[in-house]
Amino acid sequence: MTRRISGSAITKIEASVLIVIIVGVAAVATYAYVTFQSPGRERLIVSTTTSLYETGFLDELKVKFEAKYTNLNVSFISQGTGLAIQTAMRGDADMILVHDPAREVQFLQGGYGVNRKIVAYNFFIIVGPSDDPAGIAGKSPAEALSTIKFAGLNGTAVWVSRGDDSGTHSKEKSLWKSIGLDPTNLRAEPWYLEAGSGMTATLKLANEKRGYTLTDIGSYLLNFNNQNIDLVKLVESGKSMLNVYSVIAGDPRNANLTKANFEGSMLLIRYLVSNEGQDLFANFGVKDYGQPLFKPYLELVESNSDPELIQWIRDLAFIDGSECPDQDRYNAAGLYSMELTPPVLAVAPFAVPREIESWILSPKA
Amino acid sequence: MDPITEGVIRAVGLILSGDPEVYRIASLSLYTAGTGTILSCTWSIPISAVLALRNFHGKRVLKGLFNAAIGIPTVALGLYLYLVLSRSGPLGSFQFLYTPNAIIIGQSILVSPIVVSFSASALESVDPELRDLARTLGASDLQTYGAIIKEASWGVILAVMAAFNRAFGELGIAMMLGGNIRYVTRLLTTAIALETARGEIALSIALSFILLAITISVSVAVNLARKPTS
Repeated sequence: MTRRISGSAITKIEASVLIVIIVGVAAVATYAYVTFQSPGRERLIVSTTTSLYETGFLDELKVKFEAKYTNLNVSFISQGTGLAIQTAMRGDADMILVHDPAREVQFLQGGYGVNRKIVAYNFFIIVGPSDDPAGIAGKSPAEALSTIKFAGLNGTAVWVSRGDDSGTHSKEKSLWKSIGLDPTNLRAEPWYLEAGSGMTATLKLANEKRGYTLTDIGSYLLNFNNQNIDLVKLVESGKSMLNVYSVIAGDPRNANLTKANFEGSMLLIRYLVSNEGQDLFANFGVKDYGQPLFKPYLELVESNSDPELIQWIRDLAFIDGSECPDQDRYNAAGLYSMELTPPVLAVAPFAVPREIESWILSPKA
Repeated sequence: MDPITEGVIRAVGLILSGDPEVYRIASLSLYTAGTGTILSCTWSIPISAVLALRNFHGKRVLKGLFNAAIGIPTVALGLYLYLVLSRSGPLGSFQFLYTPNAIIIGQSILVSPIVVSFSASALESVDPELRDLARTLGASDLQTYGAIIKEASWGVILAVMAAFNRAFGELGIAMMLGGNIRYVTRLLTTAIALETARGEIALSIALSFILLAITISVSVAVNLARKPTS
């Protein structure tokens, strides 16, 4: 007499096979749990920009930094600068590493951040299809955008905007504004496409649409060398295309940030401005691209090799004449002691070819 | 070489070479989806039993709500939980955001409607005579539920399987609550999204094959365990 009624109950063999599966999954889960819990290591969450992240620079930074400070576990959350700053404002990140001076000022003045340091810089470039339908090659950034707009109205060119509130997007909007156009109105134009995503995704969209776009040089070289895109550099260099990366610690006195890892943030800031951290910038990408993707700011200042460039950075990214105004410094002993006296703007006696131009030359050249 | 062929070759290479990062990513995916599903079962199976075997006001509405919630978009759920788990949100003091625990919580909530709805219909399909029989043999309510769940065990197991597959393959919650942090919260799905964004198509394809291989082999293993009824 069977005790089964419907015939779908489990037999002993079936049960044992299931137990084997469950034990297997449990074993993997335990292994994962043990592997991923790293007791005794403090977390340091850095919200940062896609351009730094996608190039792989932050992976290298993590390895080097954690080798030196073994009790810290650094996590990078890669977002556009706008979102990265919001994440930190809500208290979900301990510090930010971003490239949008105007928003950085807001972050500091809102009482969310302290101890801003400029760490690196590079340049934005305008890229487009190699046949350059609008004919912008060699023009200034402002002329190039006007040209693209007219070509766009004629239906011969397309502009791809990041459209994600990132630092690159801010730069793009300020360039449009500089020629008297409101980027908000441009969004309605059929030749103006918004990608709404990271730099690589935007470059790929521009590549598919045979359009023009603004990119930081690092992201461009990465994707060009990977053969993700075959867009070419058409407009490069110039003061208006400067891109400056800064790091800011969350202010532990802010109500949202009381749990922020301030000590860890300060260690990473001090590391980034140390010789070792600056060398990391100076060397990253040289092997693959023949040039650093992000140039170290402090090394530039110390060597004083290009006073004009230093002045450009001061004009763009300084707040009230300094990297970080006094009232936004907190427990920053020694961090600003090497603060520079304004570099004497050496007037070149003859026209020196801009160093950046040689630096920015094609990686394939 | 076209990206698909390259992806296949790369996938085999990554699996055979025992690339530690790929193994970490895959095992973390198994860990979060497995733990999330088991966690969900602790409340979902009792709920499904009550829903299937008891009569009360609003039962149909409640069942309808659970059925509807099966399709909840992962990004919507991810967003709500993000606001709740954020350090400035109501549960911020636990500091769960951007940890595997946040993903487990999110996935356990995501799959609950699947477990509840599917196992409730499995339990409902059990012959009502069994309940009466158990009662006449002097079983308590709890013992009766136990007997019915045992009868419908395959239906319940399939519900749990479906839940695991949903958790294992979802992206929105893992991305929003985990943040796709390398070595910490990077799962197969978020890694695929990242590598595609980076343009590493071959690596994305390789990771997607690992994802599919695990999903399929777990399902096949469970189905093999179920012998055809004689």
